[in-house]
Amino acid sequence: MTKAAPRARRTRRRLRAVLVRLATSLLVIWGAATVSFAALQLTPGSVADALVGTSIVSPQVKAQIIADYGLDRPVLTQYLSYLGMVVRGDLGHSYQLNESVGTAIWAQLGASLQLTAAGMGLALVLATVLALLTAKRSRWIRGVSSGAELVGTSVPIFWVGILLLTVFSFQLGWFPAAGGDGLGGLILPAISMALPVTALLAQVMREGLERALDEPFVLTARARGMSDAAVRLRHALRHALLPVITLAGWLFGLLLGAMVVIEQVFSRQGLGTLMLGAVTGKDLPVVMGVVLLTASVYVVINTLLDLLYLVIDPRLREAT
Amino acid sequence: MNTGPLVEVEDLTVSFGTLEAVRGVSLAVNPGECVAIVGESGSGKSVTARSLIGLTGENATVRASRLRVDGQDALRFGERQWRQVRGTRVGYVLQDALVSLDPLRPVGKEIAETLKLHGTVPRAEIEERVVELLREVGVPEPELRAGQYPHELSGGLRQRALIASAIACDPELLIADEPTTALDVTVQAQILRLLDERRGAGTALLLISHDLAVVAQLADRVLVMKDGVVVEEGPTGRVLTDPAHPYTRALLAAIPGEHSKGTRLSVTSGHPQPAPQRPPGEVVIEARGLVKDFRGRRAVDEVSFELRAGETLGLVGESGSGKTTVARLVLGLLEADGGQALIEGRTWREMTARQRREARRHIQVVYQDPLSSFDPRFSVRQILDEALMVGGVPRAERRDQALLLLDQVGLDGGVLERRPRQLSGGQRQRVAIARALAPRPRVLVCDEPVSALDVSVQAQVLDLLADLQADLGVAYLFVSHHLGVIHHVSDRVVVLKEGRVVETGDVGQIFTNPKADYTRELLAAIPRLDQPGAASLVPAARPRPTTEVIQ
Amino acid sequence: MTAVTLRAPARERPGIRPGVWAASITLALIVLAAVAPGLLTHGAPHESDALMALQPPGDGHPFGTDAIGRDVFTRIVYGARQSLLAGVGATVLAVSAGTLLGLLAALGGRVADEIIMRLTDVTLSLPTLLLALLVLTITGPGTLNSIYAIALYTMPSYTRLVRVQTMVIRRSGYVEAATSLGLTRAWIVLRHILPNAFAPLLVLATIEVGTALVAASSLSFLGLGARPPAPEWGAMLAGGRDYFSVAWWVAVFPGVAVTLTVLSITVVGRALQRRLEGRG
Repeated sequence: MTKAAPRARRTRRRLRAVLVRLATSLLVIWGAATVSFAALQLTPGSVADALVGTSIVSPQVKAQIIADYGLDRPVLTQYLSYLGMVVRGDLGHSYQLNESVGTAIWAQLGASLQLTAAGMGLALVLATVLALLTAKRSRWIRGVSSGAELVGTSVPIFWVGILLLTVFSFQLGWFPAAGGDGLGGLILPAISMALPVTALLAQVMREGLERALDEPFVLTARARGMSDAAVRLRHALRHALLPVITLAGWLFGLLLGAMVVIEQVFSRQGLGTLMLGAVTGKDLPVVMGVVLLTASVYVVINTLLDLLYLVIDPRLREAT
Repeated sequence: MNTGPLVEVEDLTVSFGTLEAVRGVSLAVNPGECVAIVGESGSGKSVTARSLIGLTGENATVRASRLRVDGQDALRFGERQWRQVRGTRVGYVLQDALVSLDPLRPVGKEIAETLKLHGTVPRAEIEERVVELLREVGVPEPELRAGQYPHELSGGLRQRALIASAIACDPELLIADEPTTALDVTVQAQILRLLDERRGAGTALLLISHDLAVVAQLADRVLVMKDGVVVEEGPTGRVLTDPAHPYTRALLAAIPGEHSKGTRLSVTSGHPQPAPQRPPGEVVIEARGLVKDFRGRRAVDEVSFELRAGETLGLVGESGSGKTTVARLVLGLLEADGGQALIEGRTWREMTARQRREARRHIQVVYQDPLSSFDPRFSVRQILDEALMVGGVPRAERRDQALLLLDQVGLDGGVLERRPRQLSGGQRQRVAIARALAPRPRVLVCDEPVSALDVSVQAQVLDLLADLQADLGVAYLFVSHHLGVIHHVSDRVVVLKEGRVVETGDVGQIFTNPKADYTRELLAAIPRLDQPGAASLVPAARPRPTTEVIQ
Repeated sequence: MTAVTLRAPARERPGIRPGVWAASITLALIVLAAVAPGLLTHGAPHESDALMALQPPGDGHPFGTDAIGRDVFTRIVYGARQSLLAGVGATVLAVSAGTLLGLLAALGGRVADEIIMRLTDVTLSLPTLLLALLVLTITGPGTLNSIYAIALYTMPSYTRLVRVQTMVIRRSGYVEAATSLGLTRAWIVLRHILPNAFAPLLVLATIEVGTALVAASSLSFLGLGARPPAPEWGAMLAGGRDYFSVAWWVAVFPGVAVTLTVLSITVVGRALQRRLEGRG
C-alpha cells in the first residue's frame, strides 16, 4: 500500500513529461512553418514572383499560382491555408523543377540519408575507439590525439574533400571522381564528413571517460579485480555517452551543414544539391520544404534521444 | 593454508612526482584482527591502504622493502596477479556508496560483477547468491533491492550493498576506507555493527578513518598517521588512554563533546574557555510555528524556539531533519508557508526592502562550504571591503578595518590580496567569519561551519568562535549534525527530526537526561572514546523498511 | 634493501605551453595581414598576368600563381581581412544580441522567459547551415548577408548559455551570501551576477570566431558569400578546384590559411579558458 502511491505519482509525472515534450515538439514544427511562411512574405517583390523564382512562366501559370496559394486573399487566410497544407504534408510546388516539392525531396532523400548515416556511423565508431584508447593514457598519447582532434575541428571540410578527391581519385584513381552510386563513391564523402564530427566527439567522449574514470565507483570496480579494459567498457563508457547525447541535436545540424558542402565537392545528388540549386534559383517552396522536413526530423530525433537518456541514466527517471 | 599475516608491508614509500605521500610505513594485519589507521586529510592513510591492493594510480611510485599479500611477494605482482588478489583475498569498501557504486547500474549487478569476475559461483546460481549476500548484510527485501539503483536506496542500505559487493567472494581481509563518513550517526552505528559481525565471522579488518572515536569501537590496534608518517602505534586502549605522541594527544583533545565542555579544544592541557558567563539577554530571534513545504512534502513542521542575545542555541538533527531549512527561514532567504520568524520583534514579511537589508546586517551567516560563498573573482580584501561597506564604514577606513578583522580571526594581513581558492579550508572559514563580523551583527547563524574541516582545524575554529562570543557578545544559532560539536558549543539545544522539534532544553539536560526516545537513540549511537570495544555498540537495530525508500 | 619500483612516475607538465606561443604568434601575423596587408606583400590582390598563369611556387611567387596569373600569396594576405571580419563580425553580432535576450529571459520575468526561450527552441531546431541558406534565399548572396545569416543561427546558443549561466549564478552560494550580507539587488546584479556570467561567455565567443570563420568561407565556397574576384579564402578554394589536379598550390594554400587561423584562434581561446578556470 505504501509503495503503490509513489509509483502511481511517478507514472503520472512521467506521462505529463511526455505530453509536455510532445507539445513542445508540435510548437517547434509550427514555429518552423511560421518562419518559412514569414520568409516567403519578407522576400522582396510579389509572393507569386518569389514562388516562381528565376524560372520563366506564362501569365496563365502565374494566374494558376495565385489561385493555388490563394494569394489574392488576406495574409491571415493565406497563413492558415499554408498551415493546413503543411499539416496535410503538402509542401507546395516547385515551378523551377515543375514538380511538387514532396516529390523532389523524396527523390533526393535516399542519397542524403546514405551519406549522413555513413558519416555519422563512421564518426561514432572512430570517436569511441579513439576515446577508449586514449583516455587517461600517458601525456604523450593524449597530446598527440588531442592535437589531431584540434586540427580535425579546425579544418574546413570542403578543403578536406578536395584534398581526398585529388589524391585518391585523380592521382591514384582508387575511387570515382564524381557522383558514384555504389559503396566506392560513398567512402571519400563519408570520410570527409566524419572527420570534424569524429574530432569533436572524441574530445567530448574522452573528457567524459576521464571524468568517469576518476569517480570512486571505478576504484571500487578495480578493487573487485576488474581489468582496465573491462572498467572502461562496462562502467566508464556509459557515463561518457551522456554528454554525447546532450550534444546530439547540435550534431545533427552540423551533419546537415556538412552534407550540403560535401555533396557539392563530390558532385553528388541529394538534399544539399537540391537545396543549393533552389537557393541560387530563388526556388523558395523547395528551400522551405527542406527546412521544414529537417526541423521535423530534428524534433523526432530529439524526442528519441530524451528517451534514450532515460534508458541510460536511471537517476533521471525519478526527476521527470 | 596461510597462517602468517594476510598483508604485510615494510618501509612503504609512495610518491606522486616529487611529493612523498607516504614515508616508511610498516604494517601487518593478521587473520581475524582489526587494525585501524587514523589520520587527518593528507596524512597518507588512504594511499597506504590502496597500495596494499596495487591501486595507487598511474602516477604514483610505490617502493617497499617488503610487500606480501596473502603470503605472496606482491612486489613482483603484475596487473594480472593483482587482479586475482583483489576481490577474492582482499575486499575494499569506500565511503559514500552513492558514488562508490556505479550510479547507472542496479546494485545487484554490481554485486554479481565480483562473482562473475572470479567465477567462484556457477553462473546459474549468481542471482541467488546476490540475494543471499544482501540478506547477509542486513538488507530487507533483498530480491527487490537487488534490482534498484544506488540513488533509490537510503544511505545505510547503499553502504550495506557496497559491503556486500566487497565480501561476495569471501575475502580474508576487508579494507574499509572511511566506511561511515557520509552517514548519519544512527546509521553509522548500524554499519559499524555490521563490520563487527564480519569480524566475528573471521574476516580481518583494516579500517581507515579520520575519527578516533569510530575506530575505538572496533580496532584491536591503531596506527596514527600524520604527513605520511606513522607517529604512534599500539593497542587501541593504550593509545586512547595513554597516548605517547603529542600529535595523538592533540587529536584526542580536539574532539568536542561532554568532556571538552567549557575548555579549549586546540590546546592539549584542558585550558578553560575565557567565556564569562553573561546572563542571557533579550530575545533577538524568535521562531513561531515555522512551516515550510517542498513539492508537497513538509520539510519544516511547526518549529518554534527563541535565541537570546549572547547565547548559543544548538540546532541538531540528522540529514533530512530540516535544520538547514530552518536556518534559511530565519535568515529570510526562504519564505515560510506558515508561522513566522521574528527578527528583533519584526517578521521579514512586514519589512520593506530597505528595512530587510538593515535587518540582514544584524544577522549574519557562516556556511559549511565557505569557498562557494565567495565570488570567485574577489580577493579577500574585496570580500571584506564589501562587507564593511554594508556596515557603513567609510571607504578610507576600510583597509585598516579589514586588517583589524583579520587579526580578530587569527589571520595576518598577508592573505589580503589572495583569493579564497588559494587558502586552506581553515583559513577560508576564518575569512568567512571575518566577513560575517564586518557589519557588527548581533546574531551569527552558523550552518554546519566545521563539518568540512579536519578535527584539529575544527578545534581551532570552534575555539575562535568561543573567543569571539566572549569578546563581542554575539549570539549563535549553531546548526550541526554532529552531536559532540553541539554539546561542546551550545547553551541550549533544539533536537529536530523529520522537520519537527523532538525536544528542547538546556544542553546539560538534553545530553544527560533526555526526555524523548529519539534523543536517547541519537545519544546511544555516538561512538564514545571512553568505552572502546564493540560492546558499546547499540543492539542490532535493523533498518525499518518503511523509512528506507527515499525519493 | 631491495626497493622495487612498481610504476614509473608520470612526467610533470611543463609550465609553458609552446603550442600557445606558436598560436599567439600565428594569430598576431594574421591580424597584421588583416590590418596592414601592404606590410607583408608588395603585390596587389587583383593584379593578373596571363603569361604567368598557374606557375608553381618559386621565385617571386612563394605560393605560386592562379589560373589568370595572380599571386596566390598576395591574395591570401589580402584575404585575411575579409575572413577575420566575417568571423569576428558574425560573432560580435550574435553575442551581443544573444546576451541581451539571455539576460532578459533570466531576469525579466516568466513571460519574457517563455517567449524568448520558445523562439530560441524553434531557431535551434532549424539546422544551422540550412537556416543560413533560407536567409540567403531571401536576401540574396553577398558578404554582409552571409554574416547576418551566420549571426542569426549562432545567436540562440548564446541566448541559452547566458540565461543558464545567469540562473546558475543567481542560485549560487556567493549570491546568497551577498544577499544575506544585506547588499542591494542592483549591486548584486552589477557586481556579482553580470561579471561572472560574462567571463566564460567572452572566452567561448573567442573560440567561436573560428567556427563562424569556417562557416563564412563555406558559404563563399558554395558561391553564396564573398564573390570572385574578391580575395576570400573560401572563394579562392572554389575557384582553384578545377585546376587542382594540375596546380595543387591554388587550393592547398587557401585551405592551410583557413585551418591555421581557426586552429590558432581555438588554441588561444582554450588557453584563456584554462586561465579563467584557474588551471592554467
